[in-house]
Amino acid sequence: MGKPRVKVPKSAAAGDVVTIKTLIKHKMESGQRKDKDGNKIPRKIINFFSATFNGTEVMSVNLHGAVSTNPFIQFDMTVPETGDLAFKWVDDDGTVTETTKTIKVG
Amino acid sequence: MNISRRKALAFGGAALTVTLVPVSFAQAASEDVMKAAIAAFTGGADVAEGGIELTTPEIAENGNTVPVAVSSPGAKRIILLASGNPNPNVADFAFGALAAGNGSTRIRLAGTQDVVAIAEMADGSFTQVAKAVKVTIGGCGG
Repeated sequence: MGKPRVKVPKSAAAGDVVTIKTLIKHKMESGQRKDKDGNKIPRKIINFFSATFNGTEVMSVNLHGAVSTNPFIQFDMTVPETGDLAFKWVDDDGTVTETTKTIKVG
Repeated sequence: MNISRRKALAFGGAALTVTLVPVSFAQAASEDVMKAAIAAFTGGADVAEGGIELTTPEIAENGNTVPVAVSSPGAKRIILLASGNPNPNVADFAFGALAAGNGSTRIRLAGTQDVVAIAEMADGSFTQVAKAVKVTIGGCGG
């Protein structure tokens, strides 16, 4: 898995709804493709994504083979207070990539 | 050897039918697979319409990366399904209290087909929306 890129506002007013954008480099091999000898290329994708704010899960996604290369996920959330937004991606091989951004209120 | 044009065309046509039929069977999810995927999410409950919005391009030039956005304020979970893909499941979103009940991503579509989104609302009811997307170049490889 490559380095994740996330776009999170640095500050917000309490109760603001903000847009979060995330992107991570990954081939997302769907398991449907064949190599030039006609053998199926085994599936290797990021199968799970989650965003957690101060320990409470905001949203999570189970991804399947139909999600494009370099999976992009965008969502909106309410910011109740100053806190850390933690992102997590899980690969089929068990590798976990994490990153955290702080949102300041006030 | 002397092959008439008519014979050559007939032979070519036959060969084409033979090769095309199994390919189309293998690639698209059958209706049963799609129904099973929906039932796995809803548990067989009735699915209403409305209260959920799905934004897709009408025509996607490249089926490898089709932007889709789904929004259903108050939803607990939303699944995205592609009816014409070998495996109809695309992504399953789950929302906590802070989430606005929306999500966008980019997906692969094997060909022109309906993209379906089904939301489970906080009261346990289900609602769905479907959008047709025309795909010029399929996104599942060969």
